[in-house]
Amino acid sequence: MRILVVGGGTAGTIIANNLARRLGPETRAGKVRITMLSATDRHMYQPGLLYVAFGQMAPDQLYRDQASLLEPNIEFHVDPVKQFKPDRNQVVTEAGKTHEYDVMVIATGSRMVPDETPGLTEGAEFFYTEASAVKMYKALREFQGGRVAVAVGVPHKCPIAPVEVMFSLNDYFKARGIRDKVQLKYHYPIGRIHTIENVAKWAKPEFDKIGVEYETLFNIKEVDAKNKILKSEEGTEVNYDMLIVIPQHRGMEVIERDNMGQGGWIPTDRYKLTMNGHDNVYVVGDTTNLPVSKTGSAAHFQAEVVAENIASIVKIGAPVRDYDGKVYCFIEAGHEKATYAMFNYLNPPDLKPPSKPMHWFKLSYNQMYWTSVRGLL
Amino acid sequence: MSVTKTIDARDTFCPGPLMELISYMKHATVGDVVELLSTDSGSANDIPEWVKKVGHEMVGTEQVEGVWHLKVRKAK
Repeated sequence: MRILVVGGGTAGTIIANNLARRLGPETRAGKVRITMLSATDRHMYQPGLLYVAFGQMAPDQLYRDQASLLEPNIEFHVDPVKQFKPDRNQVVTEAGKTHEYDVMVIATGSRMVPDETPGLTEGAEFFYTEASAVKMYKALREFQGGRVAVAVGVPHKCPIAPVEVMFSLNDYFKARGIRDKVQLKYHYPIGRIHTIENVAKWAKPEFDKIGVEYETLFNIKEVDAKNKILKSEEGTEVNYDMLIVIPQHRGMEVIERDNMGQGGWIPTDRYKLTMNGHDNVYVVGDTTNLPVSKTGSAAHFQAEVVAENIASIVKIGAPVRDYDGKVYCFIEAGHEKATYAMFNYLNPPDLKPPSKPMHWFKLSYNQMYWTSVRGLL
Repeated sequence: MSVTKTIDARDTFCPGPLMELISYMKHATVGDVVELLSTDSGSANDIPEWVKKVGHEMVGTEQVEGVWHLKVRKAK
């Protein structure tokens, strides 16, 4: 069986390693071949970007060589897919090579698209790429006081990040001794301050306590970078001295180019994680169109299900598990404390009070991640 | 009235039904009608609240066997 994994991020790497271990005898016997195609030879720990934006991690701490993370029985190529041909069980790469498969996993992730909002790239700081996170840190360092506005595009990955960045901003300006010169205002797309009701209920009094103002039902329409005005689809305007935005995201261009899903999100079965109409194609992580958080955590839990099912198909001819919508997100709550939100399709999260041990656990996980993507944790 | 697109946002806590609707409306064409399916009890209030504030149009709200069917026409 030829298994092709497209994408070397969290989900793709966990699936490939998990399969390589489960199917060790089969790969040695030449009955199974596992191939990974990735756009880059480096693997980034994306949650670390928030720490880079506040000068708490250096960018080089976020990376490992992708090849060093993979089991030796995985054939790895830095050669991204240029064209998917799911009706022919083929992909064509940027280098012009055609790969045929019996089973394919698409785990190509998502990207922020600030250029789709007028004025946003010129007027705002971001922290969802290495370059933007470093730029944001330098801007914060230069900031001496005034109005800091934070706003959120839709859809976006890491839905906890908007809340976390407010607590981080409060801590950062306090540490610099200028918190009293900074007005923090948070803008959120729906009618409460977080999409998860229990997170909103917890965060609202916390925001009140640290003096964060908020405006809800605020969707970014455009930015007047020259006059430093942020405008919403709902007709309101905000003046700012510094604007920090989590921009709207899309899936990868190749997905849209090949008409596999609007916005770059592939229609996916929410339990089987197969591409609609193609039972031998699995879709995981940010790439799905599922109503599930676009996070490394969701990608991780989906990857475990998909790897176990593909291995079971090889061994017994049938899958053995469904994905239940499980997500587990750490929430950095400021003051060196953290909590977490764990939920699935049917059970909402029950937030515990933030604690220092949970913050230390998050800091530990920043390193443990590398064990996780190797498929060991 | 024909529905252009159905969004199945049943049994989701994050990103949630309204976020799903906002995402879709960005790329929809003026005149498109989207039907949102939701099991969130708050959807019958918060979806019409946003639709009114942003200037789209609610064209249907009904609950069938515990599932809200909310139809919205993109107006701008």
